[in-house]
Amino acid sequence: MASETVQEELSRPFLYRGAVERHPVQPPVRVAPGAVELAGPVFGAADVGPLDSDLTRQHRGEPLGERITLSGRVLDRHGRPVRGQLVEIWQANAAGRYVHESDRHAAPLDPNFTGTGRCLTDDDGRYHFTTVRPGAYPWMPDSNAWRPAHVHFSLFGTAFTQRLVTQMYFPGDPLLPYDAVSGAIADPAARARLVAAYDPGLNRPDRSLGYRWDIVLDGPAATPADDAERRR
Amino acid sequence: MSVLPTTPSQTIGPYYGNALPVPGGGELAPVGHPDSVTLHGRVHDGEGEPVTDALLEFWQAAPDGSLRGAPGSLCRDGTAFTGFARVPTRRDGRFVLRTLLPGGAPYLALCVLARGLTRHLFTRVYFALPEDDPLLSALPPERRSTLLAVPDPGHHRAYRFDVHLRGEHETVFLDFS
Ligand SMILES: [Fe+3]
Repeated sequence: MASETVQEELSRPFLYRGAVERHPVQPPVRVAPGAVELAGPVFGAADVGPLDSDLTRQHRGEPLGERITLSGRVLDRHGRPVRGQLVEIWQANAAGRYVHESDRHAAPLDPNFTGTGRCLTDDDGRYHFTTVRPGAYPWMPDSNAWRPAHVHFSLFGTAFTQRLVTQMYFPGDPLLPYDAVSGAIADPAARARLVAAYDPGLNRPDRSLGYRWDIVLDGPAATPADDAERRR
Repeated sequence: MSVLPTTPSQTIGPYYGNALPVPGGGELAPVGHPDSVTLHGRVHDGEGEPVTDALLEFWQAAPDGSLRGAPGSLCRDGTAFTGFARVPTRRDGRFVLRTLLPGGAPYLALCVLARGLTRHLFTRVYFALPEDDPLLSALPPERRSTLLAVPDPGHHRAYRFDVHLRGEHETVFLDFS
């Protein structure tokens, strides 16, 4: 039956391997990070405005959509909090449309939503954003594939080697099993680490639903001694 | 010591442009600094086409070799040397960075992010090729040269550095794990 064929096709998503012409052929050269790479940029109050972490208050009116609170901790591989570091996010609006000029999806733009945010982690490594739940959007013309709701995240550690750019997903999203981008991560346990948890403790009564997502940065971190040196 | 499982990387995608680039992101040298140098070049893909939507991030030592950095990279005041720069490539795949030459090891750390890459790429931009550098000494000469910024004869205190993501002139990318 035709519907079964479609179903079958959908359940075997094309897995995103990236753009071939942009992928190096040579394997990366293994080298011990130098002192330069074991340090990294520092950010401060000058880099982050007071409204940068609340994406629902960047315009005169309230954006459309379900308001959410996103919070979690940024840790290194040893479980140490990454303190005072920059977390940046960007996302589609509730209808699944980015403000970006090259997004041609025919969903409405929201004059009260830009979809970009920034904050610094606190002393526990915790970040905090208020935003709206992004909508799903079609992925690749003619592929009949949709991206599940997701928020793009950019993170820095104490060392430049810990740089991370990734995407956060929502629990129970029916599109997740069909997603080529997150589906390209072969290990299901690793894939699951990109999915936030609904956390009623983060709800703000009458205002927003809470989601918790902790992030563990890869790559060599600065040793505590290096860190103390940098803070002097 | 037990280690936590890490969060996987995902592509930066095409829509980061309103979130990550900032005005003056490539103006690392304080305004009017007499020792400013210009580093410019192009990012190419394996077919020789310009990569028009890459984001380059540079991190480096100050001229005195300090790696302490300073806040303000996203909102420059024109005086602080923050050590960090972020430059998107333009419609022609080109980028321009204005900075001060690093003290200590003679290179800038460079992180290349782009749609089509499932993870960012690390490399280095050297302004000299020291004999005792552990990375350079492990590379054959033709690959070593992909990491060298070349003085640009047409311009005062300018250097050229192209990034080739793939192909004959492929840049050496690094694995620090
Ligand atoms: Fe997206």
